[in-house]
Amino acid sequence: MSAKNVLSLLSLSKRFGTTLANDQVTLDLKRGEILALLGENGAGKTTLMNMLFGHYLPDEGSILISNAEDKMVPLTPGHPQAALAAGIGMVHQHFTLAENLTALENITLGSEPLWALGTNKVKVREKIEKIIKRSGLKVDLNVAVGRLSVGEKQRVEILKALYRDAKILVLDEPTAVLTPQEADLLFKNIQAMTLDGLSVIFISHKLREVLEFSHRIVVLRNGKKVGEILTCDADEKIIANMMVGEDAKVLKRTKLKVGQSLLSLSAITLKGNSLRNSLSDISLVVHEHEVLGVAGVSGNGQSVLAELISGLSFPNLGEIKIGSNRIDKPSPMAMISAGIGRIPEDRHRDGIVGSMTVAENAILESLNDPRVQRFGFLRQEAMTDYAEKLCEAYDVRGPGVRFPARLLSGGNIQKLILARVFEKLPSLILANQPTRGLDLGAASDVERRLLDARNRGAGVILISEDLDEILRLSDRIMVMYSGELKEVSSRNREEIGMLMAGKNK
Amino acid sequence: MIRIEARNSPPMLLKVGVPIFAAFVSLLLAAIPLAFAGANIGTAFVEMVRGVFGSVFAFSEMLTRATPLIFTGLAAAVAFRARLWNIGAEGQLYLGAMAAVAVGTGVLDVSGIILIPVIIIIGCFAGAFGMAVPVILKTRFGADEVVTTLLLNFIVLILVQMMLEGPLKDPMGLGWPQSSPILDQGMLPVLLDRMRVHSGLIIGLILALVLQLLITRSVWGFKLRAVGENIAASRHAGIRINRSLLSVAVCSGGLAGLAGVSEVIGLKGYLTADISPGFGYTGIVVAMLAGLSPVGVVVAALFIASVFVGADSMSRAMGVSSYLADLVVSMSLLCVLIGGFFAHYRVAWVSAPAKVKK
Repeated sequence: MSAKNVLSLLSLSKRFGTTLANDQVTLDLKRGEILALLGENGAGKTTLMNMLFGHYLPDEGSILISNAEDKMVPLTPGHPQAALAAGIGMVHQHFTLAENLTALENITLGSEPLWALGTNKVKVREKIEKIIKRSGLKVDLNVAVGRLSVGEKQRVEILKALYRDAKILVLDEPTAVLTPQEADLLFKNIQAMTLDGLSVIFISHKLREVLEFSHRIVVLRNGKKVGEILTCDADEKIIANMMVGEDAKVLKRTKLKVGQSLLSLSAITLKGNSLRNSLSDISLVVHEHEVLGVAGVSGNGQSVLAELISGLSFPNLGEIKIGSNRIDKPSPMAMISAGIGRIPEDRHRDGIVGSMTVAENAILESLNDPRVQRFGFLRQEAMTDYAEKLCEAYDVRGPGVRFPARLLSGGNIQKLILARVFEKLPSLILANQPTRGLDLGAASDVERRLLDARNRGAGVILISEDLDEILRLSDRIMVMYSGELKEVSSRNREEIGMLMAGKNK
Repeated sequence: MIRIEARNSPPMLLKVGVPIFAAFVSLLLAAIPLAFAGANIGTAFVEMVRGVFGSVFAFSEMLTRATPLIFTGLAAAVAFRARLWNIGAEGQLYLGAMAAVAVGTGVLDVSGIILIPVIIIIGCFAGAFGMAVPVILKTRFGADEVVTTLLLNFIVLILVQMMLEGPLKDPMGLGWPQSSPILDQGMLPVLLDRMRVHSGLIIGLILALVLQLLITRSVWGFKLRAVGENIAASRHAGIRINRSLLSVAVCSGGLAGLAGVSEVIGLKGYLTADISPGFGYTGIVVAMLAGLSPVGVVVAALFIASVFVGADSMSRAMGVSSYLADLVVSMSLLCVLIGGFFAHYRVAWVSAPAKVKK
């Protein structure tokens, strides 16, 4: 491609306290190009985009953007209004939509004066419909956004940017909440839009979609740009190495003969307060030496399934058996004593008590252990020793075990929870979104430990939105949709994706 | 532009220094109403100090005043640690006091070695019951304990008035709404001859130490803190929340009940409906001032009692309203709350980003 530049970031730096979030990052974007911005968590991708959009003021460097006459002019830093006016549209990971307004109202919100909407409605609608036709982003404009699906909401966000005549679209992890089909559709639409001259930067963790849909890849690490490669010259290994800076270890799952049943749920029905929190007639079995992957778009009952296995929810109907014992009164304590280790989805809310020390969090589930307490009193020294050993074995890095756990980073909090769970040698591990929000290094560490546990003889229930992760780790795969659980024998992405979207062949 | 940043972990110096600083600031602020009242501020403060430290009697009066505040302060501190908002210490205090006169005025005529512990235990039970009810309502039906405990205060007070006009009324009391006196052997020994300060103070000090140890070192205290800081994670980790809350409630209510017992069998010797000038509520201030630390409660209770006793004596000497003491106490609470904010957050002035013209 030899198109002209529409955007140049010139050696942008941003410092937060003592950390250098962005260090002299230089980046060009061409007209009609799809640029993928890759990097681990904390690599500085979001900071960079926030500077572009004017949320942050860069400490050094400048931004050039092409104006109407195709000349590169400097962009006023630190002013979102200026970025909007210059044609930059940003779609955040968490949507910023008013749920009770219609799609049409959301799209025009902020760019059309409210009182003029009545008179301009026809013109406004025509403009949006033209954009929809050109981009292929199909949305029912008259429906309240709250009733749209996640994929549709995202389309509304993009339409909102396009309505403001965005020339450059920034998407922050756009596919995190989409089914594979929705994601593919999104990228097809984006490709169509770039033919009209739109330029796109998207932030992603998923190597597959980056390789499939981008033109060029820029990799950030520790705030620096460490690599730039045309997608046609790249493969997964090259990019992964750029991201972590060393040879990424490839996980190997050897086939094992499964042992006896560890946990079985039969015909469980649980009526929650909404469909998202209900289970209808689900059954599953997990055996020794087995990883059972539960795939699905979040909000289809995974949380309540996890609560059930954690002992936090009670089924209305059905039977839970651990080994050969029926569990009549599930409770977290009963599940822990039965040898179930639980890695919660929301680790900050359910996993740790942030204001208590790392050491105290390390023993949160072992308060009855004589190694930790004697006559109802905690053995401070034993506790600290235990926590220190644990932190070393599981590579939990932070200010020390006597400091509040909330000072740890997300990845280290997860490692602490993992340490707490694995140290008890659980016979069954429930891992709910265990790598969500973790960087590549921490995530592959978590995955490796889950496989180690399986090889040792434990059973693992892995609930994840990341289909690639499910495919990598699981011996068997089930798909959750709308509170129902179906086993799939195939390992075909398309087929699993169809089930995730609720479509039976 | 002001920017407010959270401190990662407030340094120890700040944690301890802020309440002390706040206490001083509140005393200084008391100069404003004093000036309005037309008093000489210098003399007023001297009178206040003399009212507390001027004589052994003055000092012992301060200790007497601090005793119930230690109990109610501990009651609030232990409950607040678990984020259980017990606003009902006042009512629980009266329940404890009522139980004390119920068993201590002649129903049980045994020697003091038996009678005193029995009165104390029954009083604790009564107070514990007063807090257990709202907590059961909370865990069963989700009733907000702030509302229930607060309202129970008034219910209990009316109950006390009813009992003092009825079954508990002293037949020899010349018609006054007061109970019969506690048997002589049921009274706590005084600490100093001809002074009112009594051994309830010693019980309070011991309990403060025990609670400090329990909260920081025991499994029970661990659970209490965990439930207070993050109830979801505690539940997930298998801590029985309801059981934990109930045990905290029993402990907190028992302590508040003990405040009533100590006033009745340590100081007054009988029960009236005005035995507590709001000790239950002041206990909340004491606990907050102490940063919810049991040992800190002792210090805070001594401070608040000094303010009360000192302001009392000052008002008598100078003819200023003694409500000034209430003012200082409330200002100290406000100062501590504001100070606590500064202990946890750092406030920085930053220059606004330069506006660039388009």
